[in-house]
Formats: sequence, C-alpha cells, structure tokens
Amino acid sequence: MLAQVSDVVDACAGQAECVTSYSDFLRSWLTVGIFVALGFVMAGAMLGIAMVLRPSSNRRGRFQEQKFITYESGVDPVGWSWTQTQVRYYIFALLFVLFDVEAVFIFPWATRLEIYDLFGLIEMLIFIAILALGLVYAVRKKVLQWL
Amino acid sequence: MSPVILTGDPLLAGNVDLAVVLIVLLKVVVVFALLLVATMLMVWFERKVHGDMTNRIGPSRAGPFGILQTLADGIKLFFKEDIRPERAERTVYVLAPFLSFVPAFLLFAIVPIGGNWANGEGGKVTIFGHDTYLQLADPPIGILFALAISSIAVYGVMLAGWSSGSKYPLLGSVRASAQMVSYEAAMGLSAMAVVLVTGSLSTHDIVAYQAGEGPLGWLPNWGILLTGFVPFVIFVIAGTAELNRPPFDLVEAEQELVAGFNTEYSSIRFALFFLAEFMNVVTMSAIFVTLFLGGPAGPAPIGPAWVWSLVWFFLKVLLFLFMFVWFRGTLPRFRYDQLMNLGWKVLIPLSLGWLLLLGTVKLAIDQDWNPALVGAIAIGVFLMAAGLLRAANRTARERRQLEEVF
Repeated sequence: MLAQVSDVVDACAGQAECVTSYSDFLRSWLTVGIFVALGFVMAGAMLGIAMVLRPSSNRRGRFQEQKFITYESGVDPVGWSWTQTQVRYYIFALLFVLFDVEAVFIFPWATRLEIYDLFGLIEMLIFIAILALGLVYAVRKKVLQWL
Repeated sequence: MSPVILTGDPLLAGNVDLAVVLIVLLKVVVVFALLLVATMLMVWFERKVHGDMTNRIGPSRAGPFGILQTLADGIKLFFKEDIRPERAERTVYVLAPFLSFVPAFLLFAIVPIGGNWANGEGGKVTIFGHDTYLQLADPPIGILFALAISSIAVYGVMLAGWSSGSKYPLLGSVRASAQMVSYEAAMGLSAMAVVLVTGSLSTHDIVAYQAGEGPLGWLPNWGILLTGFVPFVIFVIAGTAELNRPPFDLVEAEQELVAGFNTEYSSIRFALFFLAEFMNVVTMSAIFVTLFLGGPAGPAPIGPAWVWSLVWFFLKVLLFLFMFVWFRGTLPRFRYDQLMNLGWKVLIPLSLGWLLLLGTVKLAIDQDWNPALVGAIAIGVFLMAAGLLRAANRTARERRQLEEVF
C-alpha cells in the first residue's frame, strides 16, 4: 500500500485503481478520526450529564472553605507540591528517547528483512552492538542504579 | 494540490455510496459499544474472580451474580460532587482525564475482532454486498500506531498528577511515567519480533499470516510459536507494567501514595480515569491476542466462520483477562529499584538479543543454511558475550577494590 503523497502522484497518474487504494488508505485513517471524535464526545457527554445531575454546592460559603484544600479530609498539606524531584526520572526519560529512536531504525529493517539480506543483518548487528555498548556504559556509570 | 490527491479524498474516490459510509458508522458504533460493555464486564469479572481467590464472595447484590455492580457504581459517580482543589492548575486538571480516556479508546481501533479466516478468505466478511474486515481501521502501520497511542496515554497520567497540586499524585505520576517509559522500549522490541516473522506492520496482515498452515502441520501458526516464546513473555511482562497492574502497581501503591495520580480527582472525572484503566486492560489483552495468539483466527467446525472467529477472539481475550486477575491475586508488588532493574537490565538486552537471533535464523532459512548450526553458533556467541561482560565487570570491581585499599 502506498504511504506517501508524492509516491501516489508519481505512480498513479491517471490510473483509477491506484487512486482507489490510496483512497482506502486515507479512509482507514478517517475512521480512526471518527473514533477519536466519538471518544471526546463520549467523555464530554458524561461530564455534561454529571453536571446536570450532581449537587452544585461549589460556592465558597462559610462552611465550605475546608472542602477545597489539597488532600481534603486527610492530613493538612505542608508546603507546595511543585518542588524539586530526583533527577533520575529525567535520565531515564533521556535513555528512553535513545531506545525509541533506535526502534524507529529497526522497524523498517524488521519489516523487510529479506530485501536487505546478509548485508542488512550485519549492519543491524553493528548498530545494535553500538547501542548495547551505550547501555553497558550507562550501567557502568551507575545511571541505572536506583538506590 | 494536484488533482490526483483530490481524487484520493477518502469520501470522493472509489465507488463510495451510502452503504460504505453506513458500514463505517456501523463498525464505529459496534466497536464502541463492545468495548464499553467489555470494560464494564471486566471490572465485574476482576472483582468476582479476585473475590474468589481471596475467599470472599465479591459483588453479589446488583443483578444476577452482581453483574450490574459496575453500572450501579457508575451511576453513583454521576451524582457525586465535582471538587477541584484550590491548588490545582485549572486547564490541565480538566484536560488530563480526556488525555487518558481517548487513547485508551483509540487503541482498540486497529484490533481485528473477527472475520472469515478459513479457506484463504483473509478475513473478508460481506455486509450489504460490500467486502469488509471486522476491524475498525487497518492502517498499514498498525503496530506503530498502537505503540504511539500507548505513549500518548502517559501524558494523561503525567499531567493529571502534576496539575493536582498535591504531593501524592505528583509522586504517583512521576513514578508512572518513568515506569511506562522504561517498559515501552522492551515492549516495542518484542513486538518487533512478530513484525520480523510476519513481515508486516498492519494488524490485519499479521493475523492473516498467523491464520496460515502452522509448523509440523498440526500446530497453530501463531506468533507465540514462530517467535520462540521469549518475546511473548517479555511482551506480557512489559504490557503488565505498561498498564500499571499488579505486580507493577507502584503507581498506586495504597500504603505509600493513597490512590496515585488520581487521588485528587472525584466524581465523573475519576470515573474517566477508572474506565480508561480497565479499557486499557481489555485492549492490551486484545493486542496480546492479535500479536501472539493468532487473533480471531481459529477452526470453524459448523456454521459460518465469522461467528466462530468472534467466539475464538472472546475466549483468547478472556484467557489474558483472567491472567491479569491471577497476577493480582498471587504476586506481591515489586520494589521500585527491582522494577527498573528488570526493565533496563533484563528485558531490553534480552529482547534486543532475541530479535537479532530471530533475524539470523530467518535469514538462514531463507538462504538454505543449516538452521541448527546457525542456532548453535548464535547461542555460543550469546554465551561468549555474557561471559565477557561478566569478566569485565569482575575485573573492574577488583580494580576498584584495589584502589580503595591503597
């Protein structure tokens, strides 16, 4: 199936069947679009119905002040929550980006393994070996150690 | 715009008549309803089975066997007061439930739920005289789509926790995003093993491939066998972590974080998170089935094949739903460092190595090398690499100890 607009323009000049397949491709995304819209409508409708049904005492009256504090009916909060957190989470996010980008490169190779043949396999071996070295480096630098 | 692109308009080109539009709308509505009902039943199923496992009765009042309990709970939530805490960041606080709910929904769009897979029909079903698949959409990059959507789901969790302006949700959401991000890499790599074997990213093509003749003639041609079981195990572990289900439910570890990222949410906004969570369980099971257990394909002894495909799909999904409840009933929660170690130091290297092994074996079979020899050499290389790594680690440790002495 054709995925790129320019490909279609080049390949489909005047061929009805080809255009139909491109149209099928677009239609499957349109269906996904409809589904997204339906999801938003559904969530919105639930909130809307609830807004009509529920008691509306969100006015700040004399006895209502306590209701809006953070972690209501629990221990009173001390300080603000938006403070500094461990930097480790950030490092993990960076490492994740690394591996996600790697996945972008591996997916096309995995889909068409037989076309790239032995060359592709060795190429991929080298690529993954370099990445694995990166992971080993991270482990050795104790970046992946939580405690 | 070129006229060719204009004729490629989804609604103009081809022979689109009212029936095609109706079929699309019908499919959207049916999948929507199916997913909602399945989610509600899943909540009930989990409570009932988990009740059984812990010697309790579980819900038993609303409807037969308490099957309407979820509905009753849902109606209750409609009447609850909606409270927005003072310190909450308004816009994001309102947006977050949507960001959690919609992706949960969307993931189901690419799952083939039925079809006539027998006799090389390739899952075609005829409705109103039109050939179609029992699948909402079949984009050519279905697997990438699934991975992308499950990444977007992290935003809902992250923003909900951050915008609540409270400490428990913030900690819960930070944990959740780190965990989901860590396991997503392993999940993508093990899904790639299936792509490698079936040679396609479209979920329909993957199921169609698995519906074919299996190894030895009598075994099913399922991804779980073709990829050699290891990617399946990795995918199930990573999927469980991605869903924040026990034993990886540190995100909402009650003893530490009250209810995790949705602590400050109440009323129907909480219900949206709750629904999204269980919807994700159902869709993730469906994706397990699609990738590794042959999707809806299965034998059809009597009657139309597409009815049987729905039965097979339901049974296979039920298997995984039960597995999730079983995990919850039996396994103790992981510690956070254990969780991270498992993800980064075991699952990612293992799935990378297995992917290369699979690629080599597949190429070997294509080029008529001796597969047994290739397998033996590959395992030898693996052992050698592991040995070298251990030796390097040991030397480094010894050197470090020497430095400490002097």
